[in-house]
Amino acid sequence: MLKGEYITKDFGGLRVLGDVSFEVKAGSIFGLIGPNGAGKTTVFNIISGLLKPTSGRVIFNGKDITNRPPYEITSYGISRTFQNIRVFREMTLLENVLVGMHRLFSYSTFSMFFDLPKKRSEEKDLRAKAFEILSIVRLTEKADLKAESLSYGEQRKLELARAIATEPKLLLIDEPAAGMNPAETEELMEEIVHINGKGYTICLIEHDMKVVMGICSHIAVLNFGELIAEGSPDEIKANQEVIEAYLGKEEWSA
Amino acid sequence: MSELITSFWQTYNTLFYTVFVHGMLALSIYITLSCGQLSLGNAAFMGIGAYTAALLTMKAGLPFGISLIAGGFLPAVVALIIGIPTLRLSGVYLAMATLGFGEVVRVVILNMKITGGSLGLNGVPLKTELWHLVLVMGILIYFFIKLKNSRFGRILEAINEDEVAASVMGIRATYYKVWAFTIGAFIAGVAGGLNAHFTFFISPREYGFEPAVDILTFAILGGTRTLWGPLAGSTILTILPELFRFLGPYRLALNGIILVLVVLYLPNGIVNRDTFTNLKNFFKKEENA
Amino acid sequence: MFLQQIANALALGAVYSLFAIGFTLIFGVLEVITLAHGAVFMMGAFAGLIAVTKFNAGLASTLLASMIVPGLAGYLIDLIAVGPLRKRKFHHLAPMIATIGCATIITSTYQGIFGAEAYRFPFDFVPSTSYDIGGIQLTLLQLIIISISLFLMVVLIFFLNKTRWGKAVRAVAENPKTAALLGIPVEQVFRLTMSISSAFGGAAGVLTGLNFNTIHTFMGGPILHRGIAVIILGGMGDIRGAMAGGLILGFSEILSVAYISSDFRDAISFGLLFLILLVRPSGIFGKVIERKG
Repeated sequence: MLKGEYITKDFGGLRVLGDVSFEVKAGSIFGLIGPNGAGKTTVFNIISGLLKPTSGRVIFNGKDITNRPPYEITSYGISRTFQNIRVFREMTLLENVLVGMHRLFSYSTFSMFFDLPKKRSEEKDLRAKAFEILSIVRLTEKADLKAESLSYGEQRKLELARAIATEPKLLLIDEPAAGMNPAETEELMEEIVHINGKGYTICLIEHDMKVVMGICSHIAVLNFGELIAEGSPDEIKANQEVIEAYLGKEEWSA
Repeated sequence: MSELITSFWQTYNTLFYTVFVHGMLALSIYITLSCGQLSLGNAAFMGIGAYTAALLTMKAGLPFGISLIAGGFLPAVVALIIGIPTLRLSGVYLAMATLGFGEVVRVVILNMKITGGSLGLNGVPLKTELWHLVLVMGILIYFFIKLKNSRFGRILEAINEDEVAASVMGIRATYYKVWAFTIGAFIAGVAGGLNAHFTFFISPREYGFEPAVDILTFAILGGTRTLWGPLAGSTILTILPELFRFLGPYRLALNGIILVLVVLYLPNGIVNRDTFTNLKNFFKKEENA
Repeated sequence: MFLQQIANALALGAVYSLFAIGFTLIFGVLEVITLAHGAVFMMGAFAGLIAVTKFNAGLASTLLASMIVPGLAGYLIDLIAVGPLRKRKFHHLAPMIATIGCATIITSTYQGIFGAEAYRFPFDFVPSTSYDIGGIQLTLLQLIIISISLFLMVVLIFFLNKTRWGKAVRAVAENPKTAALLGIPVEQVFRLTMSISSAFGGAAGVLTGLNFNTIHTFMGGPILHRGIAVIILGGMGDIRGAMAGGLILGFSEILSVAYISSDFRDAISFGLLFLILLVRPSGIFGKVIERKG
């Protein structure tokens, strides 16, 4: 479904990614792991169009999406969450999700001004749908609260809901388990598997190895901007280079 | 009693009309501020609208309403031309581009013969009546209320909060920023047309940088969370200087001081999102007492 | 005739560059666009005027006065308005709006004190001799303007590259957090930068006042949007850009007045600005602007 071909990114004199190639198969949960600073979020930024690669290509369902602007890439069916949670804090949960559903709205300024039936029906239907999406992440009771009133974990769920609202084919999730306790992490793993079960392909950046090994079908490992291993969880666990890269890091738990 | 009202009206009707016009101008900058952009060109748009509408009624004999609408469209077109290349860049660029734009408008007006050049345009027919102002203001308020709970309102707010996150949601930020900027220009143009038709005389000096700063101050003081903020700010800052007339040119310094103080200590302006909750609580306490 | 215009363009461009350098330095170090730069320019012109008319100052003292007064103003602006905003995380436009407020305060106060009329330097403050250099007639005044501008620019470059404080300024411009970790007093660097930049703005003011022999309280406006055009043209935050941009604007204005029409001179800067925004928004020396996730 998604292919990265020899993606390279230089920032001035610093090479952040070097010839990174990978493939995410449709329907899978793909894990992207590596020590801090390995370049994982940079890969996400390039896929979602926030950064332009110095060289290389990103192919999505056969279409070259390299260098396309973010809003266009979203229209092709890729959505994402952010490592440092970027929900719209002063908007309500429902509004956050409605913003995610941007693509599904089409009424004009004219319709808005004159309260035409098209506007009223779109608002009514899509609000109902937004409510449904909130129920997937179990946040419906807080639908009319401002996003900033949510706990950290809840905000992560909201971001996920908002990303799902864009009706993506591929969902890029950036470190969803960060800052979560074991119980929340369990819940998170279930949710991701559940979402995947509904047909969303998922690409996951994560440090928590329990999560990665638990739900990913395929994993790629980055270190210092280079792809050092790719394969199934078992293959990765046994890979000598990967073990060395992670040596001394507490997140590693086989 | 009715004599008191009549004489009060005779002295202060211009001020009253000006409060409306300033309110419209404040709303015109509010819509661009609400998606995180700063336009310092709304006074210039007002000027374009004023001259267009005035010339149409004076030289082409067009009906007032049509002149006003045309006076709104021309600045809107100009806004499109300036906005598209500028708004794809960060918010600071629009501020800088519109800063110089007032100069261009001034230079163009000065060099066109039909505008009367530096002498200004004299004898603009006195067509604006109170009901015109109330009607236009009413339409504007209605527009902004409709905007708030529509997809456009949400898009503007999303762009304002986090343009990157908004773009990843599929929002083409530049498009909507231009949309807001253009509508703002239209509103400013109409306000200019209305203003010209009760001030009788217009000149390029009225539409430069200082008026643009005034308009900005209206919105910042009032608060940019809701449409009522800019209206409150413009009303206060239109009436207040009348009380401080004795200060002379230092009166403008007062505006500057207010701007700095508001930015530092009252960043959300007077009418911010807590105002309504606070008011509600205040009245609840009164009930329970 | 064309050669003659070169003299005019150089003098004009030199002053534009001087003004823009201060402007761009503040952006590079503090990441703030100060719209009070026009006001400090005007302050410098008046400071110079007063030095000459009230204190009979010579050229050097006049220049000094025209730099010290705005320098102090710049310091105060950072102390009272821009500085406090750094500590609170407000809207990214807040500092700019604060500088607008400061500009209004300064300009209105000066308008209250000095009124709206135009002032002149005493008639022979700079003797009106002219020199022939390589076929071009340069007046003493133009020579002075160009040399002072060059001198100040050289001093600044020396300061930035060879002195401890100068290197501190560059370090903060590069990355304030890293600079703080290295023990550099970042707040003081910010204040210093504001002061130096405003001083340069003031110098540009008095030189402009001499060049056109006209000083009035409204002169801050036109120079401000020329300054903006210059820094966008040259690349925001880049000193070479400010110098190059200033010269380009100076030449553009002089040449357009000479060969097209003088009516639209004030609009030239906006035209250039607009063109750059269309074609290469990062300017001549600017880095291409990228978004981050």
